[in-house]
Amino acid sequence: MSTQLLANLSMFVLSLLVGFEVISKVPATLHTPLMSGANAIHGVVLMGAMLMAVTADGALGYALCFAATAFAAMNVVGGYVVTDRMLSMFRERPALVRQPGEQGRGRRS
Amino acid sequence: MLVRLGYLAAATCFVLGLHQMNSPATARRGNRISVAGMLGAFAATAALLVHAGTVTATAWYVLSAGIVVGAGAGLYGARIVRMTAMPQLVSLFNAVGGGAAALIAVYDVMRFATPGGSLPVRVAAPVALDVVIGVVTFSGSLIASGKLQGVVSTQPVAVPGARAVNVGLGLVLIGGGGYLATGRGGLPVLLIVTLAALAFGATMVLPIGGADMPVVISLLNACTGTAVAMAGFVIDNAGLIIAGALVGASGGILTKLMADAMNRSILSVVIGGFGSGDSDGSAAVGGAAVRATSVDDAAIQLAYASKVIIVPGYGLAAAQAQHAVRELAALMESRGVDVCYAVHPVAGRMPGHMNVLLAEANVPYAQMKEMDEVNPEFPRADVALVVGANDVTNPAARRSGTAISGMPILDVDRARSVVVIKRSMGHGYAGIDNELYTDPKTGMLFADAKAGLTALTSAVKTLVG
Repeated sequence: MSTQLLANLSMFVLSLLVGFEVISKVPATLHTPLMSGANAIHGVVLMGAMLMAVTADGALGYALCFAATAFAAMNVVGGYVVTDRMLSMFRERPALVRQPGEQGRGRRS
Repeated sequence: MLVRLGYLAAATCFVLGLHQMNSPATARRGNRISVAGMLGAFAATAALLVHAGTVTATAWYVLSAGIVVGAGAGLYGARIVRMTAMPQLVSLFNAVGGGAAALIAVYDVMRFATPGGSLPVRVAAPVALDVVIGVVTFSGSLIASGKLQGVVSTQPVAVPGARAVNVGLGLVLIGGGGYLATGRGGLPVLLIVTLAALAFGATMVLPIGGADMPVVISLLNACTGTAVAMAGFVIDNAGLIIAGALVGASGGILTKLMADAMNRSILSVVIGGFGSGDSDGSAAVGGAAVRATSVDDAAIQLAYASKVIIVPGYGLAAAQAQHAVRELAALMESRGVDVCYAVHPVAGRMPGHMNVLLAEANVPYAQMKEMDEVNPEFPRADVALVVGANDVTNPAARRSGTAISGMPILDVDRARSVVVIKRSMGHGYAGIDNELYTDPKTGMLFADAKAGLTALTSAVKTLVG
């Protein structure tokens, strides 16, 4: 077993443990934003897609590179924007004074 | 070296960002920290590309075009989506993430596929895992997204012999994936595995009913995380490995929580069959009498109560009634009624979906109570107002021998009186009668969630001026 693989495996296992530890504390109220935020984080695959360009050559390589970056960029940008939109609704606010019927409230990002 | 430090910084930001998600007050900042980490990783990668100097001009164009197209599509989707449609969008983003991870592995195989040549097992094994998991997630998430959107039937699609097909596809995946992992399989094997994985993802999700969607979405999210981590192994990239593992862990925990909340094992959800979609049928509760109530009666109950617990369910989300319920609650609060919301863990179509809908309607998060927190409060509530929730309120779950036995439920039947807003006596996903509806203290208000709530609000207004 090469040292590189060993290093990668250690990183993988330790990150899993950190993930379990950090996420088990999140309350149910925030599960949707959590999932959406985690969803955006795996958009880090964009970095891998970009690195394809280092060796990409020829039509097939370019096509794969394009598809992968487009997919990944959609994942990362959309994921973060939608999470932020959701979380903006969880801000602290007075319980009573709010006027109802604000359906028309514009979106924000 | 600098690039590696950049990835480390990004990974740190991801962990800190996720950590801040544990409170609504800091969650938004947490997400921004995570964005900062992502920008850092992006900058580091861009620097690496420039430094490598081997990126052709065409590749730069391809890269920029891909990023612009993808980012544009993501931004557009994220900004126009309605909160009720959130689960299908998240599922769609999940699909493309898994797809991108799989493409990285496909590219790697292509690059090294020379006749008679072979990849070292160190690379080939993660390639095989990446392709299988990534592609299954891609097609599975697309189908899940389609089901949530209503494009694909939400009923479990039962094709005769489907199980045999699934087993066959599974064997192809294991065999082909195993062969790929030895490093000898070239492009033809890769193609077979990819096609089998595409089909398997679809046939796996198709038979799963709407009620199980929170479990499925969490599971697919965990799979994408794992696929991204495998892509990290393929190209020796620490950023991908760490972030992928984090997401894999978070998806895994959510899957477990959701499955526990429905009292189902993850395996039985994946095998499918139980969730059958909301039946609009007129199946009457056998024998027992149901007391229908009128808008005015229910309004009097609500107006003169001192404590009301609202139990929102998927019916509320489907009718887009979150603003209507908030309006009614605000009116009651202004009369000094103590109002809170009892949110079951699987209410809605993805974990925590109901909380997001209520937050959109400006419900303060302190009023959204989790199941364990709110159950002791039901005996003190004068009225429990159930809006579009069914199985999660069924007392039958406490007895053994029913389809939902052992499922954790909200103790709605322990409130002093109950008002249920529902369109018909149709069954919930479990397909069984809800004993709550035949309870003598329950009044059924047959109406669409939004129309019913609006009528209640105006009735309360007229009654008490």
